[in-house]
Amino acid sequence: MVTLADDLQPLHHPKTWIGKYVWSQDHKVIAIQYSLTAVAIGLVALVLSVLMRLQLGFPGSIPWIQPDNYLQFVSMHGMIMVVYLLTALLLGGFGNYLIPLMVGARDMVFPFVNMLSYWVYLLSVIVLVAGFFVPGGATGAGWTLYPPQAITEGTPGYQWGIVTMLVSLAIFIVAFTMGGLNYVTTVLQARCKGMTMMRMPLSVWGIFIAAIMGLLAFPALFVAAIMMLFDHLAGTSFFMPTIFSMGQISDTEGGNPILFQHLFWFFGHPEVYIVALPAFGIVSDLISVHARRNIFGYRMMVWAIVIIGGLSFVVWAHHMYVSGMNPYFGFFFAISTLIIAVPTAIKVYNWLLTLWRGDIHLRVPMLFAIAFIFTFIHGGLTGLFLGNVSVDVPLSDTMFVVGHFHMVMGVSPVLVIFGAIYHWYPKITGRMYNKTLGQMHFWFTFLGTYATYLPMHYIGVLGVPRRYYALGDTSFIPDSVSTANAGITIAAIIVFVAQALFFINLTWSYFRGKKADPNPWGASSLEWLTPDTPPTHGNWGEKLPTVHRWAYDYSVPNAERDFIPQNEPPSNEPPS
Amino acid sequence: MPVAIVIAALVVGSVLFHLVSPWWQTPIASNWSSLDVALDVTLWICGLAFIVLNLFLAYVVWRYRHREGHRAHYEPENASLEKTLTFWTAVGIVGMLTPGLAAWAKYVNVPQDAAMVEAVGQQWQWTYRYPGPDGVLGAAGVMHITPDNSLGLDPTDPFGRDDKIIESSEMRLPLDKPVKLLLRSKDVLHDFYVPEFRAKMDLVPGIVTYFWMTPTVAGDFGILCAELCGVGHHEMRGNVVVEPQAAFDEWLSEQITFGEILEQASPASRSEMFATADVCVGTSIWSNP
Ligand code: HEM
Ligand SMILES: [Cu+2]
Ligand SMILES: [Cu+2]
Repeated sequence: MVTLADDLQPLHHPKTWIGKYVWSQDHKVIAIQYSLTAVAIGLVALVLSVLMRLQLGFPGSIPWIQPDNYLQFVSMHGMIMVVYLLTALLLGGFGNYLIPLMVGARDMVFPFVNMLSYWVYLLSVIVLVAGFFVPGGATGAGWTLYPPQAITEGTPGYQWGIVTMLVSLAIFIVAFTMGGLNYVTTVLQARCKGMTMMRMPLSVWGIFIAAIMGLLAFPALFVAAIMMLFDHLAGTSFFMPTIFSMGQISDTEGGNPILFQHLFWFFGHPEVYIVALPAFGIVSDLISVHARRNIFGYRMMVWAIVIIGGLSFVVWAHHMYVSGMNPYFGFFFAISTLIIAVPTAIKVYNWLLTLWRGDIHLRVPMLFAIAFIFTFIHGGLTGLFLGNVSVDVPLSDTMFVVGHFHMVMGVSPVLVIFGAIYHWYPKITGRMYNKTLGQMHFWFTFLGTYATYLPMHYIGVLGVPRRYYALGDTSFIPDSVSTANAGITIAAIIVFVAQALFFINLTWSYFRGKKADPNPWGASSLEWLTPDTPPTHGNWGEKLPTVHRWAYDYSVPNAERDFIPQNEPPSNEPPS
Repeated sequence: MPVAIVIAALVVGSVLFHLVSPWWQTPIASNWSSLDVALDVTLWICGLAFIVLNLFLAYVVWRYRHREGHRAHYEPENASLEKTLTFWTAVGIVGMLTPGLAAWAKYVNVPQDAAMVEAVGQQWQWTYRYPGPDGVLGAAGVMHITPDNSLGLDPTDPFGRDDKIIESSEMRLPLDKPVKLLLRSKDVLHDFYVPEFRAKMDLVPGIVTYFWMTPTVAGDFGILCAELCGVGHHEMRGNVVVEPQAAFDEWLSEQITFGEILEQASPASRSEMFATADVCVGTSIWSNP
């Protein structure tokens, strides 16, 4: 069988530095470009979160944080974290790096489109950042951008900030589509000989399904963004009824704000899983490798990913139980939402059962994976509160929601990302990270984020609303809430500062780290079996690998080592 | 090793935190204890899962940590174990959904005898309207708004004449009487939220949303806005006084009706109001049932 990206197609190796590192079509370089850009913009979002926390924990301590820029910080923080950091990093970064290496391809199927994807993404980030500098500043409509307020006076950035935001999102979606088509096609068409779908590592499965979901979900956001741009700039009324705002009757008529919410969450809920599924896949691999044990229930894990991906398109309105939509929808969406918990729980069980009877090496990536299981269990369970329609009524739009989604889609994927970076760092750079710094980074991040988010749930149950610049005098809020808020802020600042350990470690190790073994963890999957470390353009040297087994042959009885590489033929078969 | 101990400690610590935390629900002041029951059931089931799963995590990390000569067990799958776990998960889900959906069935079924009260949101304040003796709220819509007709009642609708207009941030409700709150926004989304009542609902410009409840405790409760509505969102406050029917009736009788507003208005203001009645009625909001 001849596959795309096969030996038959000679690769054109670039000769110049610019061709290698700037206008590169090598999936590994593009992955690094994506990752560095995502992390850079993510740091902006992180700084914004610290500013918000300072205002909430120590109100008024920074006099220039006012209600308007506070809301701008909230909105930009949320959108950057979800879209420009996590989506870009997990798909553009990890997807690009891992897919060709793990399925045994020389590159993505469309390397040129892949390169374009990055540059268009970069453009979207530039337009996004431009929002801070346009007249009126960035949008302060919340990351959900609900109309009418997103485009009416009274909301910061309603003039131009919302325009740059919507335009940036539209550009991002173009970039994502180019990348996503590549990931899907590469998985379907460019797997090496012997790499059946059911032999692929779960990382690839997670990214593959997430990419498909992105291709189906982002268009909803795209049309919503374009329609809102029309409402704002061309005077249409897709989302705008007649309103009386700031002393004037608008000349809009007949539009429906709830329509936007449906479109937004038809994208927004799958988006949660676009972030979660790659993390699920990657963490499965980290756990299996470092516990020296086959992933437990591989087939169930694959089906769970597929089922979660499918079901996540029919749960979106659980974000809208109190939106004013027909309340009878609540029955349907509560049931569909809680059904998703079943495949999700199966994943958790299977991670635990992979550790069970394993031989667990508590290396830094494994520490992050274990912490992920803990935070994901926590965040997943609080999701059941919010999904269970009548429990959501008192909790919606409170700090409970903020605690929940940070635990489940902030902390959990970020822990996986850290673990994954430590795990693949030796392959990517050819050097080992510093263990002690890695462990310190782990402890501060894990314990610090838990201390940040656990109390938030409680003040949310009390009734403290989210997106509040200040609580002011509110009869039901006792003084102890300010103590909680101060504590949360201190924990968040510790987490923030501790990230320096990560950056110092990676930078220092890049130049000074110990030379890495090509396969330091004794992993079976193909990316560890490249002839060069770091892998060079074309990945596999002269000959593509041939796969003879799944990616999880760890501690096979009677095998001489505790792992069997995927390209090793069965012992009764003569070596090819 | 330390990570196993820390995970176990976090489980114990979280449970302790839960027990000693001074932050939990406010004392309930409405009929919605069924929402609290649903929350409690969800909490017990999820709490149990949290404890069991994470203690198991701590245990396996400790028990199967790497030691010299130790080798992992090779076992690709175990269908019967997976089936058992799936089954018990499904049981837990049904256990949570049952009280959850039962409470929701009550939430969406407004009792026939619920009195109607309207709360109107605008950036960033609350105003209210009560029906007069006819028990019906007159038609209203933003296109009817003039300086003297701030809630936008249709001046030609006879049902609106006896409506009581409350242009202050304080509303009142009679104790132990079911009430259907009709919610209307003039400008952007808002959300009527009284933590002690548990219930909440968004206000959406262009349509009338609603929820119902029965206040069960007399007192003065704060109303917050729980849907982002611009820079004044955190300052959009009101309050609701719950008091016995007699006191409520007396308070209501002192409030001005829309008919009185029309009478007292200057001729210029009145003709301004009636001029709005000529605009295209296709877009008006009909809030009488
Ligand atoms: C140390 C790290 C972080 C801190 C301290 C932090 C803090 C905050 C704070 C204070 C808010 C505003 C809450 C409110 O009043 O409504 C917020 C909102 C938000 N955060 Fe984070 N955050 C962090 C990381 C993340 C990550 C990794 C994500 C990725 C999913 C994320 C996603 C969001 C979203 C979606 C919002 C909602 C924005 C909105 O209400 O429109 N955050 N965060
Ligand atoms: Cu969702
Ligand atoms: Cu508001």
